Amino acid sequence: MSNPNIYIPYQMRIEKITHEAPGVKTFRLKFINEEDAATFTFKAGQFGEYSIFGVGESTFCIASSPTRKGYIECTFRQAGKVTTALASAEEGDIVGFRGPYGNIFPIDEWKGKNLLFIAGGIALPPMRCVIWNCLDLRENFKDITIVYGARSVDDLVYKHELEEWKNRPDVNLVTTVDPGGETPDWKGEIGFVPSVVEKIAPSSGNTIAIVCGPPIMIKFTFPVLEKLGFAPENIYTTLENRMKCGFGKCGRCNVGEVYVCKDGPVFSYAQLKLLPAEY
Amino acid sequence: MQTGNYSINEPSMSKLFDNLAEKGKTMYAPKNRGERILFQKVEKFGEIAGDYLLTANSAKEVVFPRYEKVFSYKKTQDGILINDPTGNPFSEVVLWGSRPCDAAAFIPMTNTFEKDYIDNLYVKRRKNLLVLSFSCNTCDEFCFCTSVNGGPGNTAGSDILFTRLQTGDFLAEIITEKGKKVVEENSSLFEASTAEGKEQSLAKVEPRFNQDEIQAKLQELFENPLWAEKSRACLGCGTCAYICPVCSCFDIQDEAHGSQGTRLRCWDSCGFSLFTLHTSGHNPRPDQGTRWRQRILHKFRYMPDKSKIAGCVGCGRCSRSCPAGINILDTVTAL
Repeated sequence: MSNPNIYIPYQMRIEKITHEAPGVKTFRLKFINEEDAATFTFKAGQFGEYSIFGVGESTFCIASSPTRKGYIECTFRQAGKVTTALASAEEGDIVGFRGPYGNIFPIDEWKGKNLLFIAGGIALPPMRCVIWNCLDLRENFKDITIVYGARSVDDLVYKHELEEWKNRPDVNLVTTVDPGGETPDWKGEIGFVPSVVEKIAPSSGNTIAIVCGPPIMIKFTFPVLEKLGFAPENIYTTLENRMKCGFGKCGRCNVGEVYVCKDGPVFSYAQLKLLPAEY
Repeated sequence: MQTGNYSINEPSMSKLFDNLAEKGKTMYAPKNRGERILFQKVEKFGEIAGDYLLTANSAKEVVFPRYEKVFSYKKTQDGILINDPTGNPFSEVVLWGSRPCDAAAFIPMTNTFEKDYIDNLYVKRRKNLLVLSFSCNTCDEFCFCTSVNGGPGNTAGSDILFTRLQTGDFLAEIITEKGKKVVEENSSLFEASTAEGKEQSLAKVEPRFNQDEIQAKLQELFENPLWAEKSRACLGCGTCAYICPVCSCFDIQDEAHGSQGTRLRCWDSCGFSLFTLHTSGHNPRPDQGTRWRQRILHKFRYMPDKSKIAGCVGCGRCSRSCPAGINILDTVTAL
């Protein structure tokens, strides 16, 4: 950011609001200042601080792909003070955005490989950014498999995009809901994400696995992937510790000696193995 | 950088204070408030506390205020107008009477705020700060500056370090260009001198541990019953962080008044349960033991690993003021 005051956000207008699931919304945001729009760039994996002036800031990934220019999107669940204020904002309202912060998914290094995306619940948004980034550069990759699970059918986010991915011949989509979360006409899997991954047993050969989800899902998915033969350096995830500043100063998001905001949020499982489980 | 030694007598000290204050600089110095001595704004030399080991609070407020407006905003029909306080002039501040540990603390704090993303609010305050420190001729059982590469006559972080000599005069060691300028502008008050007599005038602060050894040991001790054991009495009140001269972790909070408001950068503490609490209810540091571990590791391992300087200057304030009687030395020396 060229701004000399690192705390001052960009001002962005909410162009479009999509209701994704109960309590979950996606905002499409556009820069109010055209110069900001022209100079702003980001890469898949990065995040930002979104704010309502007078209420505060909240941390979410950028959920849209950097290949889609002119706007950014964020998806959030209404849970705390700031997300409640965001949830009551309307199209046309102004929000603040600071970012992009953090490191990126090394997509350039994945050329010529199969990609296996595994996401749970409200953690599909950080992965959606990478998925669309890779789908927009589809010729660079071999097979693309997406495993996505949520507590219930209602809780699945990006339902239209799931439909689109399902219908694409170049994407293998597997959706699942927790036992009891299915509807009578549910045609996907029923079961927790780690066991569904174990069941479909994707090949680890020439494949990169990207896992995003709540800590408990990540904890049980990594061993399954290792059992399937994935090397820890071919498994990636993105961590979401509580943050305030986003640039390594406020002091709370560290896992051992690394700051999730600056050294992450993207880590390989090989990197995580060297860190304490402080996430 | 050391640019010379001078001597100055007590009446000239008072004159020096007046000269600086007359130039419109904001003077902070140790001053009595009730039973305690705190760094506070002072106007006259006579307000400065005569005898003190250390102030109860640290001097960090002069560069890192308890809460600082990072910007203010006003909602109008044409949009949101943002006022950036870094565009305003920052007043020139003199910190008078800091101890070598207080001054040394500005070094790791500056590392934090200047690294990668430059925090101009801090940088501008630090640039306008003149640090006039006084060596320690006494210490107490909580002091351990000599264990963390400091000392009762350490010059790091000060612009001028004064040492009261046995003759009653003060040795003035000029450490920086800013300090040199003070001597030049008040040359009639200073006389060229040598550093003779300094060592004999300093407190003897016995080393309690070796920082390098502690840093090495902490590479391994993440999972250890010691953290829970040593923090069992912790109330999670955050006093240790608030009075620590190095602690600079902060929160960002908004305050709204109708259609206008401010965003504030406020002191925070790793000892608070909310510090790392996720919205989901999950907390990566779920108890005082893991929070105490974070405090020790941040100061004695993470900071020196990254920038070669420990995040502790050995002032002992946290131990003196802990309402539960937790002494940081008990943990560090037990590693």
